[in-house]
Amino acid sequence: MLEVRGLRSSYGRIEVIHGVDLDVGTGEIVALIGANGAGKTTLLRAISGVQPISAGEIRLEGAAITRDAAHRRVAGGIVQVPEGRQVFKPLSVEDNLRLGAYRRRKSPEADVERIYAMFPILKEKRLQPAGGLSGGQQQMLAIGRAIMGDPKLLLLDEPSMGLAPVIVGQIFEVIRTLKAEGVTILLVEQNAGAALAIADRAYVMETGRMAMSGIASVLAADENVRRAYLGI
Amino acid sequence: MLASFLQFSMSGLTVGAIYALVALGFTIIYNASDVVNFAQGEFVMIGGMVSVFALAAGLPLPVAGLVAVIAAMLVGVALHRLAIEPARGASPVVLIIITIGGAFAIRGLAQVLFDKQFHKLPGFSGEAPVNILGASIVPQAFWVIGGAALIVLAVTLFFERTLLGKAVLATAANRFAAKLVGINTGFVTGLSFLLSAAIGALAGILVTPITLTSYDVGTLLALKGFAALVLGGLGSATGAVAGGLILGLCEAFAAGYLTSTYKDAIAFLVMIGVLLVMPNGLFGRAQAERV
Repeated sequence: MLEVRGLRSSYGRIEVIHGVDLDVGTGEIVALIGANGAGKTTLLRAISGVQPISAGEIRLEGAAITRDAAHRRVAGGIVQVPEGRQVFKPLSVEDNLRLGAYRRRKSPEADVERIYAMFPILKEKRLQPAGGLSGGQQQMLAIGRAIMGDPKLLLLDEPSMGLAPVIVGQIFEVIRTLKAEGVTILLVEQNAGAALAIADRAYVMETGRMAMSGIASVLAADENVRRAYLGI
Repeated sequence: MLASFLQFSMSGLTVGAIYALVALGFTIIYNASDVVNFAQGEFVMIGGMVSVFALAAGLPLPVAGLVAVIAAMLVGVALHRLAIEPARGASPVVLIIITIGGAFAIRGLAQVLFDKQFHKLPGFSGEAPVNILGASIVPQAFWVIGGAALIVLAVTLFFERTLLGKAVLATAANRFAAKLVGINTGFVTGLSFLLSAAIGALAGILVTPITLTSYDVGTLLALKGFAALVLGGLGSATGAVAGGLILGLCEAFAAGYLTSTYKDAIAFLVMIGVLLVMPNGLFGRAQAERV
């Protein structure tokens, strides 16, 4: 589904990703774990096309998308749930969802209902401005908005950050459902334990490089990973 | 007494409607791109001047007006493409200076392409004033007020009822997230220039039968429209319209009951007065950011 080769990216003159490779196979959940500042978010942004890259190549289903603008990549099926939710605060919950389907031609009504079935609280608050929702509800909205885009590849950036455990459980449940429906997922998480438990494969990123990669359950059992990221 | 009150109210609403349209143009571009476009007044000038010259060239008035609107839209897109887009990411002050430069360029071109004379369009429904309760009102005033109301309504429907309108609002609210849902934010910014230029040109066509036009009417209109914008609250479409009407009425009453010598200063005195009491304007949102 997704191939990243030799990707480099900088903020100004400071390079933060020093040539990484990453593969996500169709139907997989791939977790990307690592400490703060390792470059995980930057990598996701580069894949979405909202962060410039200085070298490397990105391919989606074999076709190079390295030079494509962000909106073309969304049309191509790469949809991201960004770090910190980034909902459209002044717009209503329902407008946020409709905008998620901006790149699709057909009417999104049926999908809006599907999101409401997934997160009933959003239906209750459908006409309220998104900025008035709690953090957990905004995260549900951000995920719902992304699903409205009918993703082939869903990029999730820290979906559990700052949320109550019960909400985190609910969100991981939705991720499982999406996988069962055939959506390919690249998941960035600080909560490495939860991410490795749900993922098929995983990458460990350290200061802009891929330090390790492999089957998620194998990595979860690895001595170094356990010490560094699972706090065991 | 009543007659003069009515007279001043109507002239205030007429000129206020034009300020409102200029301020609305400011708001649309500001919301989509954070640029305060001081070339907004030039679109009004283009609307008037191109209509005058197209009419003189023998086109019927509605066609001349259409030509003027299209001309303003082309200038709006050119301004965006040639001046604003290359400076993307520059600070707001730099962008404002660029739009002022754009305004100078447009004005200079108008002076060369047209002339330095004042011009008038015929009133759409004749020139004979209507007598209402002792006040004598030119029929064009109703065209201005009615036309402005229709434009505001159309703009409101565009933003509230269409997905493209929502996409503009979404881009204004969060440009980064807008890109992530697949909105082409560059296109949205260009669209906002197109829309603002059209609104400005329509304002120019509506008002030229009353106030006359020349190559340099844009400057003061942009300043007045900006005062209306700040008065109403930066970024609020409701505020822009209310600010424009309030400003127009203040000017008309000050000119009528006090002195017309300082008519143009009134707008700015009102703006300063309101800002002292309400720093975010009448309808502005507080600038506090939740983190």
